[in-house]
Amino acid sequence: MTHVVVAEGLRKRYGDTPALDGVDLAVGEGTVHGLLGPNGAGKTTAVRILTTLLRPDGGTARVAGFDVVRQAADVRRSIGLVGQHAALDEVLSGRQNLVMFGRLHHLRPAAARARADELLTRFGLAGAGTKPVGQYSGGMRRRLDLAVGMICSPPVLFLDEPTTGLDPRGRTEVWDAVRGLVAAGTTVLLTTQYLEEADQLASRVSVVDAGRVVAEGSPDELKSALGGDRLDVVVRHTADLPAAAAIAARVAGAPGDAPGDVSVDVDADSRRVSAPVRDRSAALPEVLRALDAAGIAVADIAVRRPTLDEVFLHLTGHPTGTRRGAAA
Amino acid sequence: MTVTAPEIPRTAAARLRWALADGWTVTLRDLGHWVRKPGQVVAGLLFPVMIVLMFGYLFGGGMTVPGGGDYREFLMPGMYAMTMLFGIEATFTAVARDAAKGVTDRFRSLPIASSAVVLGRSVADMLNTVLGLLVMIACGLAVGWRWHEGPARAALAVGLLLLLRFAFLWVGIYLGLTLNGPEAVMAVQVLVWPVGFLSSAFAWTGTMPGWLAAVAEWNPLSATMAATRDLFGNPGAGGTTWIAEHAAVMALVWPLLLIAVFFPLSVRRYRRLDH
Repeated sequence: MTHVVVAEGLRKRYGDTPALDGVDLAVGEGTVHGLLGPNGAGKTTAVRILTTLLRPDGGTARVAGFDVVRQAADVRRSIGLVGQHAALDEVLSGRQNLVMFGRLHHLRPAAARARADELLTRFGLAGAGTKPVGQYSGGMRRRLDLAVGMICSPPVLFLDEPTTGLDPRGRTEVWDAVRGLVAAGTTVLLTTQYLEEADQLASRVSVVDAGRVVAEGSPDELKSALGGDRLDVVVRHTADLPAAAAIAARVAGAPGDAPGDVSVDVDADSRRVSAPVRDRSAALPEVLRALDAAGIAVADIAVRRPTLDEVFLHLTGHPTGTRRGAAA
Repeated sequence: MTVTAPEIPRTAAARLRWALADGWTVTLRDLGHWVRKPGQVVAGLLFPVMIVLMFGYLFGGGMTVPGGGDYREFLMPGMYAMTMLFGIEATFTAVARDAAKGVTDRFRSLPIASSAVVLGRSVADMLNTVLGLLVMIACGLAVGWRWHEGPARAALAVGLLLLLRFAFLWVGIYLGLTLNGPEAVMAVQVLVWPVGFLSSAFAWTGTMPGWLAAVAEWNPLSATMAATRDLFGNPGAGGTTWIAEHAAVMALVWPLLLIAVFFPLSVRRYRRLDH
């Protein structure tokens, strides 16, 4: 497979704080590659270097075959950037924004106007084209932002946390738009804080923490490495917690696991026991039966996907919130 | 439809053409704001008019003008220069907003000359300034201000005012790229006032305590105010200190000095927006 984005040993420091500490990346043509990590992990710094906004202190990167430092102008011609904020003029209409950025891509006036109308239709904004962007919803802004990033059909699109701050509906709208772009052949590098988003969109994911890639693989590979789903049991009486934890440990482990192999989290404040499970459909009734047999009153029980915090705890040995924040 | 980006210009002449075209696109964007938000533009134009009315009629009666001239004749050149100072705020706000919203980053990720964005900004702001100055001159004529030394010297005075605004443009761009957050916007909006008042805009420096008069006279605004008063033939020009006697020269030196400092700083800052 041809790699459209290749980074080797990227380093960047802000003062004493390393933001990137030797990042390697390889993004295959026509795929979505997710950079997953908490705030301050270095995701945005990586995107800023790959989009020529920031010079790396060390390492090399090529985008669409061009070196991001020595051939910055050629890189800029090959990329679209959709940053964390909707980078739009709020006073102007959606159409005026598209025409302005089209002109800055050196389309002739008539071509810029035609392209603006085409993109408004494609991103479902035709009806709102003449309204000022300041009156758009979050999802509409993001879609317009994507449309601006797509004016010159760039082969590589960088999306930096495209759905942060959006409601579920806006998020779905953006996801659909991204899927449409990828179906048309665009390569996408996506940063996100949400495991679910990486799961929905990306075919490969690099997990980033403290400026390093700590894991890489397909979403399924990562999830199975993390022990798959988790079982949460909330008991009615705090006194039942140890017994419930023992049951969770017994059921959660795969056949043949020693009891010590299964890590069960117990949170006394919320009376919650949490454990990884391999087989979600079998685990739930089994645990319920065992809890019932032991006479433990259950307030709530559920099987759910691991949160990013748990992913991080597993991969790095520390929760996401405790690290001193480097520049995002 | 697939649209492909045009080839990047490789010759100096082609690059210049791109930069000028891109600069004009950015200018048009600002002019688009005038059309979409005319109220904001009109409010910006009328704000200094309100101050003229306030000082000219509310406080003006108690003001002493050297040689016993008319206070509004004294006030107007000061207000012209103040209007140039208020421009910092407009430039700063526009630049800071673009930086905060990521619009600046998007510009920087486009295949355009880095000079195009600031070029567009300066053309738009200078157009706005010319309009504002015309409104203020009309206001001056309405309240009894006149130029007495002929149109050539009056035009020279207007040139000095625009030069001052051009210098403030780069101060505004630099501050907008450097400071961020609503507190910074507030700070700039507030600080414009003491900088403006500590000049000869509203009161003759001869009526101030010695140390304050010195501060006011060394204020770059005062040099332009004194020089334009002289060129328009309005009262209050001249003085006994070195700085007051050299107002005409300083009205050129101060803006050029500001440009020499803030132009390279702004360009450097724009190229290396490593937050």
